[in-house]
Amino acid sequence: MSEFNQYQKHNYTGIQLTSLMVLRFLTGWHILYEGTAKVLNPQWSSSAFLQESQWLISGFAEWIISNPGILEIVDFLNTWGLMAIGLGIITGLFFKVAAIAGALLLFIYYLNSPPLIGMEYTIPSRGHNLIVDNNLIEAAALILLALFPTSKIFGLDALLPSKEKKDQ
Amino acid sequence: MDQKQKKGPEKNHPAGQNPSGEQGSGKKSNISRRKAVKALASLPVLGLFGHQVLKKRNYDLQNRESVIRELGLDEIEFPVSDYGTQKHDGDLIRIGIIGYGARGDQLANSLGFMHPDQIKHRNEQGTLKEWLEQEYLNVAVTGICDVFDMRRENGLVVAQNKIRPGGRTAPKLPVKAYSHYQDMLDDKDIDAVIIATPDHHHGQMTVDAAKAGKHIYCEKSVANTEKEINALYSAVKASGIVYQLGHQITQNVIYQQAREILNKGLLGKITLLQTFTNRNTSHGAWVRHLDSQGNPRPGSETSIDWKQWLGSAPHTPFSIERYYNWTLHFDYATGLIGQLFTHEYDAMNQLLKLGIPKSVTSSGGTYFWKDGRDMADLLHIVFEYPERDLTLMYSGNLASSLNRSRVIMGNDASMEIGNNIMISADRNSPRYRDKIRAGLIDPGSPMITYNPGAGKIDAVTSATERYYASRGLTSTTINGRRVDVTHLHLREWLKCIRDGKKPSINIDVAYEEGMDCVMAHRAYVEKRVVGWDDVNKKII
Repeated sequence: MSEFNQYQKHNYTGIQLTSLMVLRFLTGWHILYEGTAKVLNPQWSSSAFLQESQWLISGFAEWIISNPGILEIVDFLNTWGLMAIGLGIITGLFFKVAAIAGALLLFIYYLNSPPLIGMEYTIPSRGHNLIVDNNLIEAAALILLALFPTSKIFGLDALLPSKEKKDQ
Repeated sequence: MDQKQKKGPEKNHPAGQNPSGEQGSGKKSNISRRKAVKALASLPVLGLFGHQVLKKRNYDLQNRESVIRELGLDEIEFPVSDYGTQKHDGDLIRIGIIGYGARGDQLANSLGFMHPDQIKHRNEQGTLKEWLEQEYLNVAVTGICDVFDMRRENGLVVAQNKIRPGGRTAPKLPVKAYSHYQDMLDDKDIDAVIIATPDHHHGQMTVDAAKAGKHIYCEKSVANTEKEINALYSAVKASGIVYQLGHQITQNVIYQQAREILNKGLLGKITLLQTFTNRNTSHGAWVRHLDSQGNPRPGSETSIDWKQWLGSAPHTPFSIERYYNWTLHFDYATGLIGQLFTHEYDAMNQLLKLGIPKSVTSSGGTYFWKDGRDMADLLHIVFEYPERDLTLMYSGNLASSLNRSRVIMGNDASMEIGNNIMISADRNSPRYRDKIRAGLIDPGSPMITYNPGAGKIDAVTSATERYYASRGLTSTTINGRRVDVTHLHLREWLKCIRDGKKPSINIDVAYEEGMDCVMAHRAYVEKRVVGWDDVNKKII
């Protein structure tokens, strides 16, 4: 009975909930490992990626690369931001914040080197892309997950005091 | 941990509410517990993640360490640069620049002087700060000499600009303009000169500057003929001045590190060195007398002292084409050899101490740029070092920019050097046979990369690395900072002037590199095998 109520509350069928959970774990896993790999590789720096920058944020990227102090801060924030976002998505803690932050970060990656017509990059891309790439799709998936949250059902957010209780 | 979290929501319950809106004390603890278990449902995923990360980490470490240990690179120590920590105390060095064309201007930038327009441009590009943070070298440009009045004026504006590294404390000395370099050499207020004229002046100017007791930084090539090189070698040796040839590649930290790695003998027996030029633009092919609109660039017989520009070269009527495109004509230069091969040769010479070869053959022709030029646009040079069991091969192409990288080939492995170093094992290497069989080394991809930006050897490589390897050689990375290599090369020269030491491309190295280029040029022009008589020190 109580379980049924919970599904009702979110209007998810069992298969919908399962699909959302699968998508959540996959994106969370991916983002968490992106962060973990950077922590484990002390040589990693975002400078190679930023050097590729074209289009809207290329000036900003150039500014970051040319300031070693700023680059260091960006590298730090990026690495630990990815870790925090990945953990938030998998464990369902502060899930909406994590998912939206993740979507924003991925969208910035996308803007750094969007596969628009006429833009060529020396870093090989994953597969063949035209306007849409993996970053953009993952960002959209995270927005979707934020709009269809599962963290109150399977996630640490369920253990947080509910904001909705006053309405009930 | 689990216990605490399970208790968490129960504390909220005395308020009579829980998130699912369930009421009733009997069900409450049961539901809360179930809910807590569900809240923690993601923990197994996290556990699996941690387990997989550890597994991958161990796998990577084992691979990496066994390769690095096997190669003896775990104890390698690279020289540490003192760049950015040095104060250039001692006397201010007053420099005169002879020849203020494009290269002269770049050299002034590297010394810490820039035209106000360019400062504005770089400020807009966001790259001004990098230049302003260049080490202050404790120098002043106090003389500009050029046979073209526009360039002379331009140089004066640059030398007088107050915005520069060193800030307000940098001394502002008056700058003089000279239209004859001899007048500059006679001036007691000049301590050292930079020669950045067309190549046919290098020989005589070096001799005269050395005799006048001025320290010399001379752009490549050293000189165009054997006679000139012998004369300038004797003059510099007799004078005791500090001479540095403008082969700045040696300042790229990558070469210092490649030398350390080569000393470990990872490549086996080295028998072939290959270097290349890959360019495919009109500017890259030295067609430079027209601006981007196709109009002739400035300069006329009234504004350029043509007689002085020709110097000892055969007389021809004034030609704006010859003035800007002097590289194309053998009256003034040796073409690809003196402009680009010289850098390639220098790179290999710094790594392997090649010296002058026993013999040189050269072939090629003007196959693409049929504009009346003397120089070959497709050129091959083969240098033989039989006593070292070694061949150096150069292939220069001005009609294709397909990237071919500098490679040192040994029977165990080969090394590619661009802006990073990549070493790949040979698939038939005796030394790495076992590692290749065990799957620890993949001969199809680099087994070691060294990226100076990262400051560490890495045995694992990615496709990305390969792409970056081919980047240009205008800057290098020291302690995480991008630094102009010409600036470093000038800095070394100035340091040697103050400390009375020998710079890396000193007159002895310049002698070898100059003779090599003359031999290659003669092999091409005379269509014969040119040799070196090491006893009598002459070309045969």
